[in-house]
Amino acid sequence: MHPAPSVIIFTTLSGLGFGLLFFLGLGMPDVTGWTAFWFFVIGYVLAVGGLISSTFHLGHPERAIKAFSQWRSSWLSREGICAVAALLVMALFGAGLVFFNSTWQPLGYLGALLSLATVFTTSMIYAQMKTIPRWNMPWTPAKFLTLSLAGGALLAGQVTLAVILLVISGGITAATWAIGDGAFARSGTDMETATGLGRIGKVKAFEPPHTGTNYLLREFVHVVGRKHSQKLRIIAGTLAFVIPVFILLVLPFSHVLALVAILSHIAGVACARWLFFAEAEHVVGLYYGKR
Amino acid sequence: MTQLPTSTQKKLGLVIDLDTCVGCHACVISCKGWNTENYGAPLSDQDAYGANPSGTFLNRVHSYEVTPLATSAKPHPAAQTIHFPKSCLHCEDAPCVTVCPTGASYKREEDGIVLVNEKDCIGCGLCAWACPYGARELDQDEGVMKKCTLCVDRIYNENLPEVDRTPSCVRTCPAGARHFGDLGDPDSDVSQLVAERGGMDLMPEQGTKPVNKYLPPRPKDDLPEFDVLAPYLEPVAENSGGFIGWLDKALDKLPSKGAN
Ligand code: SF4
Ligand code: SF4
Ligand code: SF4
Repeated sequence: MHPAPSVIIFTTLSGLGFGLLFFLGLGMPDVTGWTAFWFFVIGYVLAVGGLISSTFHLGHPERAIKAFSQWRSSWLSREGICAVAALLVMALFGAGLVFFNSTWQPLGYLGALLSLATVFTTSMIYAQMKTIPRWNMPWTPAKFLTLSLAGGALLAGQVTLAVILLVISGGITAATWAIGDGAFARSGTDMETATGLGRIGKVKAFEPPHTGTNYLLREFVHVVGRKHSQKLRIIAGTLAFVIPVFILLVLPFSHVLALVAILSHIAGVACARWLFFAEAEHVVGLYYGKR
Repeated sequence: MTQLPTSTQKKLGLVIDLDTCVGCHACVISCKGWNTENYGAPLSDQDAYGANPSGTFLNRVHSYEVTPLATSAKPHPAAQTIHFPKSCLHCEDAPCVTVCPTGASYKREEDGIVLVNEKDCIGCGLCAWACPYGARELDQDEGVMKKCTLCVDRIYNENLPEVDRTPSCVRTCPAGARHFGDLGDPDSDVSQLVAERGGMDLMPEQGTKPVNKYLPPRPKDDLPEFDVLAPYLEPVAENSGGFIGWLDKALDKLPSKGAN
């Protein structure tokens, strides 16, 4: 898959933002007034910034409102609804904390639930794709949810929880890499089933339909990025999990170091997200003899 | 509405004969011609006359080389070239429809045709991600999703002579490799053809239940093990006279290098 920057930025930032909003909804940290205000600003900038950047790749962003209509069948539609509901509920809860110095806890719990639901619906957009075997497994939502929670805990200053969640999400991320590597072969789709010509023998692409490229090849066939995937996995894992855990566990606490841990985590998650797309192979590539 | 109908009254679709397709691409051109002028936004091209041309097509013809498995009778079977037209298969369980967030993609209850309502399409591309066959292309100029409409604006069009009320690709194919009809009716010509020739689904394991079927290439005849052209290369005249006869003898007399 083509690793579109807008989608990488969107899933990375909004995942973090909704993770932070989840903890704020649970009252972790238990803040009011100006401190609460700044925590909520960070959560909203990340979540909303991510959502806005996701509209950049649309052909007709001005019609985006229509995307809320098909929640019965479409995960993208459900994501939009969950995101707007989470942001509205958390805005009310935040207003209580910031302006009225009062904790409307039921709203907080609801907002926390909706925030997680948003991350889950995002992950299901990818996990539902049978055409992309690497994504089409329960590990995909597990990865998105634990990454969002780990990043949220980190931003919310929940040191112990952050360490535990970072270790879990790191493990799940590594598992998605290992399991994902054989997913295409296990899916049973190959050039023989794609063309139905397998009953005659081995199929080889002889001539593509056109001499030039096309939308399908640009969007779905991204061979270049996979060359360095092992190196990038190590870089992503080190930045996203190893460095933050080391800082939180080993080094004495300071705000500067906490900031370094957060930035390192974000960079690592963005790198892993780039790989998530670049390594994903769509079955349509088979028609072109590519993966 | 992007929920799929539980069943459709008809299952209109194509049957493509991989045995007869000669890979001429006439169907590609006639499809582009008809559909750029009719239903919905035109099919744009980018850099059409430049170094890196690309464009939107609803039907593309691939070519494959298939090497049959070796047997003891035929240890070195000859490879076959097979031309392979591909467009939307109007799947019964169309994943492209259910993922659409806006309701722009839908499958018609009356005839099973899968269409895009371009006025509702936000160009998110998700339906193209969900299609295993590469049958949907986002038009770069218009920012909306394009796909085969089964020429919905021809097949019911009373302004056209009856012979033209069939998809443009089918009407154009010079080899008779494309057939159109109701695959939901077991008595229709296309259903009969599929039954007779063992019509197949593409990527059945994806669970899309395509309506379009492909007829597999028939087994190839064996070429006899002698030179079929030899009888035609025998000298026509044994004792020719005149200028040709003289030339023949003169050439025979020339010492030839390396020969004999
Ligand atoms: S071929 Fe692709 S676009 Fe056509 S109905 Fe099937 S999944 Fe949808
Ligand atoms: S590109 Fe258009 S038709 Fe396809 S899923 Fe998005 S809104 Fe629906
Ligand atoms: S027009 Fe007919 S013969 Fe020519 S490529 Fe298309 S299907 Fe094949």
